[in-house]
Amino acid sequence: MKQISAPKRISRIKFGLISPREYRNMSVTRIITADTYDEDGFPIDMGLMDPRLGVIDPGLRCKTCNGRAGECPGHFGHIELVAPCVHVGFAKQIRNLLRSTCRSCSRLLLDAGRKKEYIEQIAARRSQGQTIDSPVEYVFAEASKVEVCPYCGEHQLKITYEKPTTYYEDGDKQLPSDIRNWFEHIPDEDLPVFGIDPNNARPEWMILTVLPVPPVTVRPSIILQTGQRSEDDLTHKLVDIIRINQRFQENKEAGAPQLIIEDLWELLQYHVTTFMDNSVSGIPPARHRSGRSLKTLSQRLKGKEGRFRGNLSGKRVNFSARTVISPDPNLSINEVGIPEAIARELTVTFKVVPRNIEELREYVRRGPVNHPGANYVVRTDGHRLRISDTTREEIADMLEYGWFVDRHLKEGDIVLFNRQPSLHKMSIMAHEVRVMPGKTFRLNPAVCPPYNADFDGDEMNLHVQQNEEARAEAAILMRVQENILSPRFGGPIIGGIHDHITGMFLLTREKAIDKNSALEILRKSGVRDLPQPDYIEDGTPYWTGKQIFSQILPEGLNLEYNAEICEECDECKKENCPNDAYVVISNGELLCGTIDEKSIGAFKGKIVNKIVREFGTAAGAAFIDNMTNLAIRGIMYHGFSFGIDDEDIPKEAVKQIQEINKDAMYGKESIASLIDKYEHNELESLPGRSSEETLELRIMQILGRVRDEAGDKAGLHLGIDNSAVAMAVSGARGSMLNLAQMAACVGQQSVRGARIQRGYSGRTLPHFKKGDRGAEAHGFVQASYKSGLSPVEYFFHAIGGREGLVDTAVRTSQSGYLQRRMVNALQDLEAQHDGTVRDTRGMIVQAKYGEDGVDPSRGFDRYHIQRIVKDVMEAPE
Amino acid sequence: MTVTADSIEKSVSALSLPPKIRDTLREELLEVKPTRKQLDEIIDHVMSGYAAACIEPCDPVGVVAAQSIGEPGTQMTMRTFHYAGVAEINVTLGLPRLIEILDARKNPSIPVMTVYLRDGASKKKAHDVAWELQKTTIADLGGIITDRANLVILIEVDEDTLYERDLTLSDIIEKLEAKLKSPIKVEGYTLSLSPKKSNLDSLVQLGRNLKKVLIKGIEAIPRVVIQKEGLEYVLYTEGTALQEIFDIEGVDPARTISNHPGEMCEVFGIEAARNSIVKEIMETLREQGLNVDVKHIMLASDMMTCDGEVKQIGRHGLSGEKASILARAAFEGTVKHLIDAGIRGDIDELSGVTENVIVGQPINLGTGDVHLVAKPPA
Repeated sequence: MKQISAPKRISRIKFGLISPREYRNMSVTRIITADTYDEDGFPIDMGLMDPRLGVIDPGLRCKTCNGRAGECPGHFGHIELVAPCVHVGFAKQIRNLLRSTCRSCSRLLLDAGRKKEYIEQIAARRSQGQTIDSPVEYVFAEASKVEVCPYCGEHQLKITYEKPTTYYEDGDKQLPSDIRNWFEHIPDEDLPVFGIDPNNARPEWMILTVLPVPPVTVRPSIILQTGQRSEDDLTHKLVDIIRINQRFQENKEAGAPQLIIEDLWELLQYHVTTFMDNSVSGIPPARHRSGRSLKTLSQRLKGKEGRFRGNLSGKRVNFSARTVISPDPNLSINEVGIPEAIARELTVTFKVVPRNIEELREYVRRGPVNHPGANYVVRTDGHRLRISDTTREEIADMLEYGWFVDRHLKEGDIVLFNRQPSLHKMSIMAHEVRVMPGKTFRLNPAVCPPYNADFDGDEMNLHVQQNEEARAEAAILMRVQENILSPRFGGPIIGGIHDHITGMFLLTREKAIDKNSALEILRKSGVRDLPQPDYIEDGTPYWTGKQIFSQILPEGLNLEYNAEICEECDECKKENCPNDAYVVISNGELLCGTIDEKSIGAFKGKIVNKIVREFGTAAGAAFIDNMTNLAIRGIMYHGFSFGIDDEDIPKEAVKQIQEINKDAMYGKESIASLIDKYEHNELESLPGRSSEETLELRIMQILGRVRDEAGDKAGLHLGIDNSAVAMAVSGARGSMLNLAQMAACVGQQSVRGARIQRGYSGRTLPHFKKGDRGAEAHGFVQASYKSGLSPVEYFFHAIGGREGLVDTAVRTSQSGYLQRRMVNALQDLEAQHDGTVRDTRGMIVQAKYGEDGVDPSRGFDRYHIQRIVKDVMEAPE
Repeated sequence: MTVTADSIEKSVSALSLPPKIRDTLREELLEVKPTRKQLDEIIDHVMSGYAAACIEPCDPVGVVAAQSIGEPGTQMTMRTFHYAGVAEINVTLGLPRLIEILDARKNPSIPVMTVYLRDGASKKKAHDVAWELQKTTIADLGGIITDRANLVILIEVDEDTLYERDLTLSDIIEKLEAKLKSPIKVEGYTLSLSPKKSNLDSLVQLGRNLKKVLIKGIEAIPRVVIQKEGLEYVLYTEGTALQEIFDIEGVDPARTISNHPGEMCEVFGIEAARNSIVKEIMETLREQGLNVDVKHIMLASDMMTCDGEVKQIGRHGLSGEKASILARAAFEGTVKHLIDAGIRGDIDELSGVTENVIVGQPINLGTGDVHLVAKPPA
């Protein structure tokens, strides 16, 4: 790696138009022939591939700067256009200028007073850093209404503009040369009124007389496998321009009739236009022989894959890897498992100094194949040597101070790990490397939530930083443990998921665990001693699950809250909760309560939150590691599975559910009776609703109730010992609704929040009666997933399911765009040393960040003050 | 030897803390009655605790705010549901609503006003105000019969409805005559009017115009729902006309709001608009069960309103008015921005983030904004 020199900082970039004279000055050659190469394959002088325009072939040198391919930036040439052509980009500006300047004296059609006012207004806005769009628009609007020139008294004619580049004055076509002539006479002092800076742009420069030819480095030709050259789109376009330019020249010299001249002029204009922008409305885009439209200058810049967004704001990088991810609960949350093949390919550069020469020599000696080895060394003269199996010993012996060694990635290195879409800062975090066999990246499942990753084939990217500052920054600011608390809501975003929660739930409800099992459960959590047993029976000691969980809690942790399983009774019985839903942790010991999602889950975990805030991020990471290990062992100790027979409910319950259903369809307060009332116009409509809407609402209500009641009935027979119930109440996965749908009744399918109405006229499917408003005819699924859906139900279910899919697709694109806009609008804001929030220009947006200056991921509220007060008051004098 | 309330007050009010934290501290201290030494220690700890909890200088708070609002967007629904508590008014919710607010749309899809009444208004009063607000046309007051044979339109006004809406026949006649400019004959509660020209077309036209005449209420408010909240009655209106309703007697202008930030800006000014944006976004997110710290939304809202008018987040607002040409070009409308910059001879000062990324320099944010260099020991 080369020594980092202090690079010069670009302080500002000025924009402007280039004059024809400047085009000629910067040009290394005039291009006159449309041909590129001669028969021998050499570029033709003054052709489009003139060697003075730069080099693209390796080995050759540039005729202008003598640089090699890669060194030579390329040099511009130019084409002298036989007749001037309008630059499409300025077409609207040209129209506005024609309308607001005098056709005779070319001066602005506003009197001196108005002009001065506008100039002042524009200057004021400029100095405040505001856009000058609106005053300039007013100028054009006001000046184009003037009919008589206030200076020379000339009567102005009406200018019409035809897309993309044609102008008429009272129906007479204005040739570009006429317009250019007109603009040449606009005085410099009038220009600022149009927002034009006379030092950088003259209006006549918007009409081209000289066309710059971009260097070959901008439009490299590719050599196909057949040996043929395939030219770039820009080169093709330039060939067209030169051809027409030549024909135009010949015709003009031969004194061809005006009609032909004008046709050629238009053709030349077309080619110049499409050279700039090939997607102008009003003209057909220029096409390649194959029919694909050409990618010309503005297409190169525009859009997501364009120069700006595709190559400047975002870049392809080296030292990166991508592969499928898979879970590994044995890793710490701070680690990432990397396949050896990838570790051999990715390297970190180190400078050879006395401190590390022996270590680096060993890497070089191991060569590129044996894992912690090295791939390259760079000598002091900058020459790069590839280490191969044959040269490794030799290079290792040659190693000197000041050389650089590209060492393999190895255990303990810091790397960045990323999963797209990168929606928040936790989508890129720094991990420590663990080199492992296999071909996938491995990560602890507890870090899935911030990446929003799962293991159904997700791939992730990895980046290796190449200098010390970057590594330090990553290790200090971006490590996983530094990101446990999300700034979005100030809570933990890393924590237990799925089986971790079920495992903890089961473990902390376990009453009697013998010594062997207790040690087995705690084995991976770094705990070696057991506390006093809970009780001893027949001489064998037993521990509770709560005691075991307490072993991984840090001393001094105190907490009290309602667990996720809390049923929110009217009066909380606290410690005597029949569901064991009241958690009390005192000095690192779980006294009562069940540990579930609210304690350790990602997004909710109160214990995780508290530990990170009070004991630091390292303790937080250690807790999550231990907790996940404990939970996995806990779930294994208990044993956990879910199968189809877990959805079984007794026959009587099935009957009851059918009863509920029948009652809702035909009973007293039923759908049938509602429809009957409606048809007899007896239905009392809700305020602000038609009777039809009322009927629909009431039916939906009843059907919703049917599903809920059926679910409740089924729920009576599915206790906490049911796996699905355990998962649902502990918050691990699924909900009671999911279970009710599986065991009892799927319920109403909907499209746009209403019952399914679409299909045939007056009915959803042809075997229903027209106008049938019954439940079955509009997508009520009475069956459960387990019992299986009837064909009609299945069809309606598919309709509802499709809506969900469409919804997701639309939502992702919309929210992605929202995110892009939000970031773009707010990205320049920064918290300052004085507590204000300003943009990078210094404009104050908030006088104090968030009104109190507190970081949302830290928080400082009543709770913290109470703690401080309590600590001080209780401290011994 | 506890410290007196007076000296607690004195010590606390001297602290440079945000008012809310100071108030909390005062409350807590008054409760525990510390000694002088304890008081000093508590204050010490609170000050250092607050300092530690403060945002770190150079923190890119804007990006964090944008991400915090944008990231949950993927989890939102697209559907519109009922307004919380008011089943009768449907309101845009979820992602479309969030986009609508941040876009600073001139016409939100469903504007709603929450109208509060002056202290302790009775149910009767609430209904009276509701009728003052809700648009009433002749069709609401009775049946319209078009007698084509006699070229006459007959209106049978419902007496009860008339009484309910606090109207009299002469009110109706006055309004109709003023608008339609044709004489009205009255027979009991039946009004009859005929077109000036006696032909069928004019009759039909008259019938159409008749239904458009606003008898009472506000044109923009088709529906009002009365809701009892706690001890008072609150009116929810579909459609907004904040400025107009303040003239209606009984409406409490200090509390009445609209869910349209643009309107709030016009009527109450920019600070109200700022708070309105924060409130609306928070409610949208909360309704979706998403938890986002209010500070992020405040920052977005402050950014939208800091120039004194509500600006959109996007091309026609904040992003389109950035100082940097390169930043605008990299967002949207690449070619247009470059060409305009050329004509104007604009200068890009390379102060923002995107510009510096584009030219390949460290950005002036976060660790890139620290210009300290360690001095190596001599």
